[in-house]
Amino acid sequence: MKSIFAFLTVAVFLVSCNPAPTSSKSSKGALTGNAAEKVYVAPGQYDEFYAFISGGFSGQLAVYGLPSGRLFRVIPVFSQDPEKGYGYNEETKPMLNTSHGFVPWGDSHHPDISQTNGELDGRWVFINENNTPRIARISLETFETEEIIEIPNSAGNHSSSFVTENSEYVVAGTRFGVPIPQRDMPISEYKGNFKASLSFIKINQESGNMNIAFQLRMPGFDYDLSHPGRGKSHGWFFFSMYNTEEAHSLLEVNASQNDKDFIAAVNWKKIEEYIKAGKGHKEKVKYAHNTWNDDTHTATSKMENEVLVVNPQDVPGAIYFLPTPKSPHGCDVDPTGEYIIGNGKLAAAMTVHSFTKMQKAIADKAFDGDKYGIPIIKFEAVNYGTLEQPGLGPLHTEFDTRGNAYTTFFISSEVVKWNVKDLKVIDRHPVYYSVGHLMIPGGNSRKPFDKYLVAMNKITKDRYLPTGPEVCQSAQLFDISGDKMELLLDFPTIGEPHYAAGIPAKMIMDKSQKIYKLEDNKHPDAVKTEADTKVVRKGNEVHIYMSMIRSHFSPDNIEGVKVGDKVFFHVTNLEQDYDVPHGFAMIGAQTAEMLIMPGRTATSVWEPKEVGVWPFYCTDFCSALHQEMQGYVRVSAKGAKTPIKYTLDDEVPGEEEE
Amino acid sequence: MIDTCQFFKIIKMRKDKILMIIGSLLLLLLFVFPLWKITLLAPQYPEPLGLNIHITHLSDGNQFNDVNNIDLLNHYIGMAHLPTKINVNKGVVEPFKEFVIIPIVVIILSILGIIFGFIGKRKLYATWLGLLAISGIVGMYDFYNWLYIYGHDLNPNAILKITDKVTGEMMAYQPPIFGFKQMLNFQVYSYPSTGVYFIVAAFLFACLAFYLNFKKKEKI
Repeated sequence: MKSIFAFLTVAVFLVSCNPAPTSSKSSKGALTGNAAEKVYVAPGQYDEFYAFISGGFSGQLAVYGLPSGRLFRVIPVFSQDPEKGYGYNEETKPMLNTSHGFVPWGDSHHPDISQTNGELDGRWVFINENNTPRIARISLETFETEEIIEIPNSAGNHSSSFVTENSEYVVAGTRFGVPIPQRDMPISEYKGNFKASLSFIKINQESGNMNIAFQLRMPGFDYDLSHPGRGKSHGWFFFSMYNTEEAHSLLEVNASQNDKDFIAAVNWKKIEEYIKAGKGHKEKVKYAHNTWNDDTHTATSKMENEVLVVNPQDVPGAIYFLPTPKSPHGCDVDPTGEYIIGNGKLAAAMTVHSFTKMQKAIADKAFDGDKYGIPIIKFEAVNYGTLEQPGLGPLHTEFDTRGNAYTTFFISSEVVKWNVKDLKVIDRHPVYYSVGHLMIPGGNSRKPFDKYLVAMNKITKDRYLPTGPEVCQSAQLFDISGDKMELLLDFPTIGEPHYAAGIPAKMIMDKSQKIYKLEDNKHPDAVKTEADTKVVRKGNEVHIYMSMIRSHFSPDNIEGVKVGDKVFFHVTNLEQDYDVPHGFAMIGAQTAEMLIMPGRTATSVWEPKEVGVWPFYCTDFCSALHQEMQGYVRVSAKGAKTPIKYTLDDEVPGEEEE
Repeated sequence: MIDTCQFFKIIKMRKDKILMIIGSLLLLLLFVFPLWKITLLAPQYPEPLGLNIHITHLSDGNQFNDVNNIDLLNHYIGMAHLPTKINVNKGVVEPFKEFVIIPIVVIILSILGIIFGFIGKRKLYATWLGLLAISGIVGMYDFYNWLYIYGHDLNPNAILKITDKVTGEMMAYQPPIFGFKQMLNFQVYSYPSTGVYFIVAAFLFACLAFYLNFKKKEKI
């Protein structure tokens, strides 16, 4: 046994790409004894942090606790969720509307929590959808998606959705160059003809509502990730990019030829001034803007048709390119705002640019030509230094409060801790396996809460019990409070975890909403009391205004529905007690069940196809009498004379008892 | 104390009179503060439900909608509806006469006390103390009576019908008038609330007024 162990240890050394790990780690990251204690959250106790981890191709946003790694909730954002009725019921369907029509799924990537003065403020979390470019805003009081805005002139909405220091903007950049406006043209004419967009979306500080303030019309490179300037560099935004070769096919080779690609430094304050002077031009576009009204708890989808476009060439001093080797992926700014880190994913080095040097270079005009009219700053004039050979395939970096950076290395499958100023590696730890993003709560702000680090891995292989060819997605929790990183916990995640955002629990837990007040329910089809419940026929539509309270529906016997009718169940949960949702399920319904929170109304459509007496019931175990919470709809033949009749306990709701 | 003495000098009124009037006015605070509070704690209610009993109405003791939530839970054991405005309007319960009578009694007591205070006679103070004590005793008896009725007068079609192991009769759910009682999954606590402290204060003020008046007479 011992020899196998020794062999494995050696094997880890051998497969770790250069340089070899500085400290010897036992195979599989075996834990020291007190790791269990550090992640143990006793029954009834709370986690110290919330972690909002992107659900990747599930399209959702998952809420976990740290350090336990327990999953609390999956917030439906870009994909339908039959469990909650999201995207199936009449109220939420408009949330998934786009210029392409109803899109039932999304690929969610990078959550980011709103900030004030460069620190997390816990108002909202934003997340981008990569496939059909969209940005969503989620309330951290209700943990519900409140708004989704589509991004026009965009494809592959990847370098998104990061917020500026005071949540002035959330940005959205394109991964694909595309013809703008879209048109029928040969793909081979990509170079010089395809374009990209960097969109700055203004956030209303009161309501949180988003509006595209302007779009920068950029050369057709692939914009990968971005981060805001902060502190001294507030007012700037940095976007990494690859494919400055402008390849249109076999990108894995053809977009990997240039020794240096760029990080674009965008002075958005300068562009604001330009716009304020009435400049920029409006273009006809089509994009959906979906907003959730909390009073009526109904979404509306509006098709917008105009966007303000700014050409970088027209605003001198607004954009500069910082040469960065090699196809940089992550583009991260340290808490002071001085250092801009390029994670050149094909390089074996980390590039650190200096904001101070950048400003001097701009003043001195230390340029190395331009690309499409955008000045390229000389590498030496902007570069603070390079961390040579820290590992292979750097992707993302986050920071602590002690001047250290933590970078993920996909190829060498490790997290490396290094000092930004000294450019020296301090510690390294293997991850299992091939880590993508990492997250330190507040790690993308002026004030990181640097106790834990979550590494989100792309490959799991043998880390968990196997579940067939598709194994679980995984995250790993590290304690980073000491000099050495300590691996504490593996925990599975939903979808593919891309980025995540963490926040101390105490910053948001107390404002988490418990119920919705029934008196504030402005849904047009709500019922406020059982006496208001009724069934109304309008042509071939039957509207059932139904209530639910422990533990019955009113009405629960409904007659007069006919085959071919379209039946609308407008169901209101009359409860005003914490954690008493009711569910609604109708046999054969081709929509979904609905989970309805206390004080809310939701609408499910059912189109009965067969004569009979068909049951419905509550799906959420609501009380000791949950199993009794059920009812019937009598469906008569098309053209039958059965009158509309609805009762509860054989009486019409609301009628005086004799 | 010096401040208080100066205050008495400034308004140039006998201390016993002032105490009697203030004591009488304190009763009016019953229109603001609840008399009694019943707290219900259960595994499903780690944040307890609270029922505040005022002289005019019932109110949420701890969180929003507590009264209605307690009322909703009561239906499982067949307990009668609470006399809330909503329930009275629905016609599922008779209006609670005490919510009309007690406020009148309080106002009368308060006005009488003020008048007695101005007159400033010891015998009147004693009369007032007697009236207050009788009202209190009658009130407590009435409260106990209602708790008995709510606990015993249960709907025979109740969802949960549990019989007492000893007597073989249907279990009663009479909340305690004072102290603690376990009722099924609920721990029920019943204690006086702010209003009662004001009644006690009013009583003590009147006693003190009586005492001062008594001393004054002796001096003469």
